[in-house]
Amino acid sequence: MSEHNANTMNLKLHVWRQKGPDAPGKLETYDAKHVSPDMSFLEMLDEVNETLIKTGIDPIAFDHDCREGICGMCSQVVNGVAHGGQERTTVCQLHMRSFQDGDSIFIEPWRARAFPIVKDLVVDRSALDTIIQSGGYTSCHTGGIADGNAILIPKPDADYAMDAAECIGCGACVAGCPNGSAMLFTSAKVAQLAALPQGKAEAAVRVHAMTEALQGCGFGNCSNHYECQAACPKGINVKFIAKLNREYLKAALN
Amino acid sequence: MILDGKCPTGPIEKTWDKHCFDLKLVNPANKRKYKVIMVGTGLAGGAAAASLGELGYNVEAFCYQDSPRRAHSIAAQGGINAAKNYPNDGDSIYRLFYDTIKGGDFRAREADVWRLAQVSNNIIDQCVAQGVPFARDYAGYLDNRSFGGAQVSRTFFARGQTGQQLLLGAYSALSRQIKAGTVKMFNRTEMLDLIVIDGVAKGITIRDLITGEIRAHMADAVCLATGGYVNVFYLSTNAMGCSVTANWKAHKKGAYFANPCYTQIHPTCIPQTGDHQSKLTLMSESLRNDGRCWVPKKKEDCGKHPNEVAEEDRDYYLERKYPSFGNLAPRDIASRAAKEQCDDGRGVGPGGRGVYLDFAASIKRLSEDTIRERYGNLFEMYEKITDENGYKRPMRMYPAPHYAMGGLWVDYNLMSNVPGLFVLGEANFSVHGANRLGASALMQGLADGYFVIPYTIGGYLAGIKPGDYSLDHAEVKKSIEDVKGDINKMFSLKGKKTVSEIYRALGKVMWENVGMARSDASLKNALKEIPKLREEFWNNVNISGDGGELNQQLENAGRVADFLEFAELLSKDALTREESCGGHFRVEHQMPDGEAKRNDADFCHVAAWEFKGVGKEPELHKEPLKFDNVHLAVRSYK
Amino acid sequence: MQILKSVVGRKVFMAITGQCMVLFAVVHMLGNSSIFIGPDGINAYAKHLHDLGPLVWIFRAGLFAFVAIHIFYGIQLTLENSAANPTVYAVKKQIKATFASTSMIWTGLLIALFVTFHILHFTARVTPGIVKGVDALGRYDVFTMVVSAFKNGGIAFIYVAAMCALFFHLSHGIQSFFQTMGWNTDRTQCTISTIGKAVAFILLAGYAVIPLSILASALIK
Repeated sequence: MSEHNANTMNLKLHVWRQKGPDAPGKLETYDAKHVSPDMSFLEMLDEVNETLIKTGIDPIAFDHDCREGICGMCSQVVNGVAHGGQERTTVCQLHMRSFQDGDSIFIEPWRARAFPIVKDLVVDRSALDTIIQSGGYTSCHTGGIADGNAILIPKPDADYAMDAAECIGCGACVAGCPNGSAMLFTSAKVAQLAALPQGKAEAAVRVHAMTEALQGCGFGNCSNHYECQAACPKGINVKFIAKLNREYLKAALN
Repeated sequence: MILDGKCPTGPIEKTWDKHCFDLKLVNPANKRKYKVIMVGTGLAGGAAAASLGELGYNVEAFCYQDSPRRAHSIAAQGGINAAKNYPNDGDSIYRLFYDTIKGGDFRAREADVWRLAQVSNNIIDQCVAQGVPFARDYAGYLDNRSFGGAQVSRTFFARGQTGQQLLLGAYSALSRQIKAGTVKMFNRTEMLDLIVIDGVAKGITIRDLITGEIRAHMADAVCLATGGYVNVFYLSTNAMGCSVTANWKAHKKGAYFANPCYTQIHPTCIPQTGDHQSKLTLMSESLRNDGRCWVPKKKEDCGKHPNEVAEEDRDYYLERKYPSFGNLAPRDIASRAAKEQCDDGRGVGPGGRGVYLDFAASIKRLSEDTIRERYGNLFEMYEKITDENGYKRPMRMYPAPHYAMGGLWVDYNLMSNVPGLFVLGEANFSVHGANRLGASALMQGLADGYFVIPYTIGGYLAGIKPGDYSLDHAEVKKSIEDVKGDINKMFSLKGKKTVSEIYRALGKVMWENVGMARSDASLKNALKEIPKLREEFWNNVNISGDGGELNQQLENAGRVADFLEFAELLSKDALTREESCGGHFRVEHQMPDGEAKRNDADFCHVAAWEFKGVGKEPELHKEPLKFDNVHLAVRSYK
Repeated sequence: MQILKSVVGRKVFMAITGQCMVLFAVVHMLGNSSIFIGPDGINAYAKHLHDLGPLVWIFRAGLFAFVAIHIFYGIQLTLENSAANPTVYAVKKQIKATFASTSMIWTGLLIALFVTFHILHFTARVTPGIVKGVDALGRYDVFTMVVSAFKNGGIAFIYVAAMCALFFHLSHGIQSFFQTMGWNTDRTQCTISTIGKAVAFILLAGYAVIPLSILASALIK
């Protein structure tokens, strides 16, 4: 456990390299030597990049920022699973102790029509912003608001909303979905706001606008594979998709 | 020069309301004629851009991430303070004001802090209306928890992800304005220069991080909400992209940098494991509500499994030293106490750089499930990083750079000394003095963004002619050329060192010499070493690729180049401030018991530095601090 | 109509039409089981249905419309989905998706092919070798037709294979119906999924037992 492992490992990486959005891409193979099990996956890539720079090769471009699993910037499909397959873990929080000496690791970008590749492992996820802009908010003004306790929210409702609100917008649900659908992402916001009294007023408009935006951005449809939930580093549950469907029907029937 | 913060006078409880009334207003029909640039879209920038857009101003917002939802405000875990006094435990605006002033070791402006405390309550209401799922009790009322540096329970929280939820609230408000067309958002852009025309801030020069395009954006006012600079230590709890760059560019164009030596070292971070480490992870201060900090009393126990160290052989040093605040002592004090124990040879874990944070007593008292409900995500995160189970064995913690109290100097209106340049949130210096209390950063960011800048910027804009700028101005062209020149220079070096190698070296110099305990000798040593590293960078750095594409090496290089200049200012400020206060601890200035020793006679002022050239002596301007409402006293948490 | 184009609306149509067909399949299976009573059972059942006259045709038209909607949206959504995910991963692991969930379009098309065959075979009775006759009471002799057909191993195989396709289709489809209609919660999810698979299995068993038992008894003889 706490014996800090001095045993390092050597790995073979197969990394997707692509110069630009329209350039052809392919998997390149690199060696990652003397990798400490205490390293995070991205730190391992940092070290590989240092070696690449020194040998005159353009380092691997990848998105990352907070490196503590909350900003949602990191986005890599590792060995065929978005974020590497450790439950409730972003790739920045994946540690090398879950790999073994001699392993081959495939690293690919998020793949979906709605996420065009920018470079190497970096993709453009602005479609997710577009979905939120279409209605992922309550239209409250700044200022002039009643006291926070003026509306009581039962704890189960607040907890339910919080479960949905934990989404970090990384797009793993899309990357994992066989249909390239952002339904889990969209439903998390719809469900969060529909569960709270503040969000109910616009619930019908919101669910229409957001599902339309989802379609307009080029995402696929949900066919209930539930790969999204499996890929989600925050464990967002597909029950929220059911909630979105419910909200949609409620809105359509009224 | 003596600086004037232009604080309103009179009874403190009336200052903000009176000031709002005195501010000039922009006619609603005229607002859309004014363009405002917002750099950074975290809590302060996002909230401000949304609020200004809603008021009708024409806003252009910039962030370096791929979405405004990813700003590092998102990583704040514990909570946000407000003086609601919901628990009926004696809180009030005055108490929040007092705690913040005292927590900041009497180095903040009274009027600014009062305003912060006053609007804190509106923030909670605002966020609730946005759908932020704050924790509620079973009756449906908002729940509170305690936090360091306060004896009342005034912290609102959304599990361990309060920053995320508040940021997503601001982001949703911002998204609504983007949709409405009042805010134009530029993701993946980095500000690389401030454009100042005839002494007035009128625009910025940015690099589009995808295409590499360098271009200028002009506006009637420029707001920087670009966060803090503690990545100058290389390893910190900040996100990888956090930098001093925007602030430093503004500083080089004339904005004064205030109190750069006030850096906060957070007491509860996961200790470093090796040289490969790229960042440190913070564990919320709220853990100290139920966790007890200890180290073994005897050095020979340090290597033992913690559960084998007998109760009487444990030194619960915070409870021992600060009986009234105990484990909830403020951050600077808790950090220094941890360092003291480790320096005494009683630290635990790799290199003896760690103290235990033990939940055994709380688990016994409350059950593991209760602890899991309160901090489950933190325990999970701890286990992912360390491979240790915090429920079964005490967590190991060590202090790490976390927050910058210092920042660009601003007056009461959040305007810097450069007219038209406003600075919000962590990027300015204004309210936290020499030490920030937990759960106050979120409060400040949102206060500035939602409730301060929308008023004060109007006061400035009402006095100027809208649209009084042009992309054809010589200063604009010069700025673009300068930025391109710097980039080309970096590419031309073709040296042998990578950016990270130099950056790590800088971090080491800073942490060892300008970290938690600073001395005359260490600071002078830093001032000797930093220029050498800068020299090395500008002669021997290697950046591959080119500027016309996504090039993360180039982005890092630019940020490190600015840190290499800024580090010197930070060290100089620390050397000049011959006292210990808050996060700034000078070993020469301590009480016999090791507590910080302030020097109010000589240093009860804001130190604002004016840039005079790289490697040249900056000029110091002082803004005296007056305390009319709280008694300037020795800060004690005993 | 917006609902006919939307991501959720079309799925709801898929779900409702699909679920109606499941109900039909259940009733059909129960009706089929009358074959175990002997010639009198199933022939009487068939006559009873035929005596409903125009109602049969209304029912058939309705069912046909449902099938058409289900197939139309099924194909449309599948094409959209593959367009939304055009590039494949070099390595891809599935965690929660199943063979059933990823092969809906194929099992669905197989079932459609089978139904066409089945209608030509037992309803229109135009396939070669089909035994068309009447029983002693002058009713269509469904019993003999079915029994003689399933004595042919090839025919029996087609029917059993199609029922396997139906099993896979429904083991995803039934629980999917509840999810799409928004009736799933995290508490019900597991139960609904199990019930869905159970119903799919009962249908497989209920349908397949007829050709299998006929073929088996023929082989034993």
